[in-house]
Amino acid sequence: MAIFLTESSKVIVQGLTGSEGRKHSQRMLTSGTQIVGGVNPSKAGQSVDFTGPDGSPVAVPVFGSVREAVEATGADVSVIFVPAKFTKAAVIEAVDAEVPLVVVITEGVPVHDSAEFFAYAQSKGTSRLIGPNCPGLISPGKSNAGIIPADITPPGRIGLVSKSGTLTYQMMYELSDIGFSSAVGIGGDPVIGTTHIDALEAFQADPETDVIVLIGEIGGDAEERAAAYIRENVTKPVVGYVAGFTAPEGKTMGHAGAIVSGSAGTAQAKKEALEAAGVKVGKTPSETARLAREIVQSL
Amino acid sequence: MDLFEYQARDMFAAHGVPVLGGRVATTPEEAQAAAEALGGGTVVVKAQVKTGGRGKAGGVKLAHSPAEAADRARDILGMDIKGHTVHRVLIAEAATIAEEYYFSILLDRTNRTYLAMASREGGVEIEQLAVERPEALARIPVDALTGIDEAKAREIVDAAGFADDVRDGVVDVVQKLWTVFTAEDATLVEVNPLVKSEEGRIIALDGKVTIDENAEFRHPGHADLVDVEATDPLERKAKETGLNYVKLDGEVGIIGNGAGLVMSTLDVVAYAGEQHGGVKPANFLDIGGGASAQVMANGLDVILGDPQVKSVFVNVFGGITACDEVAKGIVSALGILGDEASKPLVVRLDGNNVEEGRRILAEAAHPLVTVVDTMDGAAAKAAELAATGKA
Repeated sequence: MAIFLTESSKVIVQGLTGSEGRKHSQRMLTSGTQIVGGVNPSKAGQSVDFTGPDGSPVAVPVFGSVREAVEATGADVSVIFVPAKFTKAAVIEAVDAEVPLVVVITEGVPVHDSAEFFAYAQSKGTSRLIGPNCPGLISPGKSNAGIIPADITPPGRIGLVSKSGTLTYQMMYELSDIGFSSAVGIGGDPVIGTTHIDALEAFQADPETDVIVLIGEIGGDAEERAAAYIRENVTKPVVGYVAGFTAPEGKTMGHAGAIVSGSAGTAQAKKEALEAAGVKVGKTPSETARLAREIVQSL
Repeated sequence: MDLFEYQARDMFAAHGVPVLGGRVATTPEEAQAAAEALGGGTVVVKAQVKTGGRGKAGGVKLAHSPAEAADRARDILGMDIKGHTVHRVLIAEAATIAEEYYFSILLDRTNRTYLAMASREGGVEIEQLAVERPEALARIPVDALTGIDEAKAREIVDAAGFADDVRDGVVDVVQKLWTVFTAEDATLVEVNPLVKSEEGRIIALDGKVTIDENAEFRHPGHADLVDVEATDPLERKAKETGLNYVKLDGEVGIIGNGAGLVMSTLDVVAYAGEQHGGVKPANFLDIGGGASAQVMANGLDVILGDPQVKSVFVNVFGGITACDEVAKGIVSALGILGDEASKPLVVRLDGNNVEEGRRILAEAAHPLVTVVDTMDGAAAKAAELAATGKA
């Protein structure tokens, strides 16, 4: 099962012909993802050569539009690598083509653009967005949509949702002896398509997930809302981690959304909210991994 | 990025929002000339600082002549208001205020859309009003696709209960402020107070604007709004080489990859510091994915330029980045820096090609470098070295 992304997912890449798109498409292919096409209006009809997981050559066709790509291939996932200034148009094109899952890797997207394409996707109701400014998601051993390294962990029964890419990798690495059903990097921007709550809901419903790890960071109130959701709706054990206890007020910590303003958005408030909802919160990534391991072993 | 009031005022004026005449001054002489240029009558001398409460702090004064404007500017320039030094004053025409209102448009992260807020009671602390008398503050969600047209502006103005005589004027100003919000890629446009003058004009008397730095590519002019002198010199240097660096107030320099992992590293170092004389992280520095030797050298150069730094913790998880590349980066960065690298470095590498990375560091055997296998262990070592260096 896994969430959002399975072995039958057919993936197209918007920005396949660019250097980032090409590099990560190869990585996705190597890990067994079905990459069925790319989109670039000026290179429609061409194809890009890759190496398949078994070492054989794979020619991925390039289409002039997302709609053409979907019609020709039956793709149900699009991963977007186009530069920030073209991202809004790329997302709207994918939404118009009713691609069910749109993963926006691009960082540095203006928040007005994100607010607009998010509202547009909501109004259409046919696409789930993940990101922007995220590493994407992986269902180990099945499919990989984005830039998460596929060789860190085998499949297993932990589900992970995180605002941060490298913390996701760190946690996958620490718990690679247990393995993951899916890991979803939702991104650290102020406006994102898929939230902690969306992932919690999907992991709760996923029969292949036994334990959920939730990673948050300073800024906004997503973790507090996730805590309220957990209390009401999640019966599977959840382990949490929040980064940014030492971040000063008013300074953006790398992610556009990672900022403490006044008393809002502090790590302490998030930790307390999660603990009040019965979530075990680790002080460091290693301690968080240890808490998750203990729970898995006790099941 | 938060703007100064005078920058917000200029932005409002450029989009047709009614404001009073005003000029910025950095010296008493400029203040006098500004007051003369505004007609020589009564002006308000306002400290330009990016914090609230400047009126209470004595940073806003009335002046009845240009000479008096110079005197008041002399009083205010150089003042410290909540840790912000006043480098500029705005010399603004004095208004005859009949009524004060509040209006703002902001990004509402929770609902992933925009929010307009309006009140007939302006000039006060709006957070306080929102808590004490929430019914006095209208909060109207704004759809990112449809925005604020005239009908939406009327909805907002009616929800706030504005009186008939000002309704049309406020509706017009609200639409123009929406133009500022969208055309300038703002995440906050706040007018407090929005006033009715005794002549019945609606005027934005004070403005606060925050702009989205991610949108700089479509606003080349926004780069000029950066307050260069208030930017920490190390932060400025880091920005010039494209590094994401924030200066903090501790002794352990931090280099890592990925915003979340670096934030986490700061926390782990602070915890470890509790056992080592209370040393703290000195900075946030994210070198991102694919850290080349040059990027590592640039990062180390910035961190070692901070005289408070006593040790450096390099914490990298090789996801896309390979650890052997990072290790080569560290070794050649130390080569590039030569004698300028004088502080002990604790390195923790994990992930992609980690054995090769550790082998490269072991082989280089640089006297300043200690390799520790775990993040918690490395943080403890870096804190210990910083405490020793501090003593």
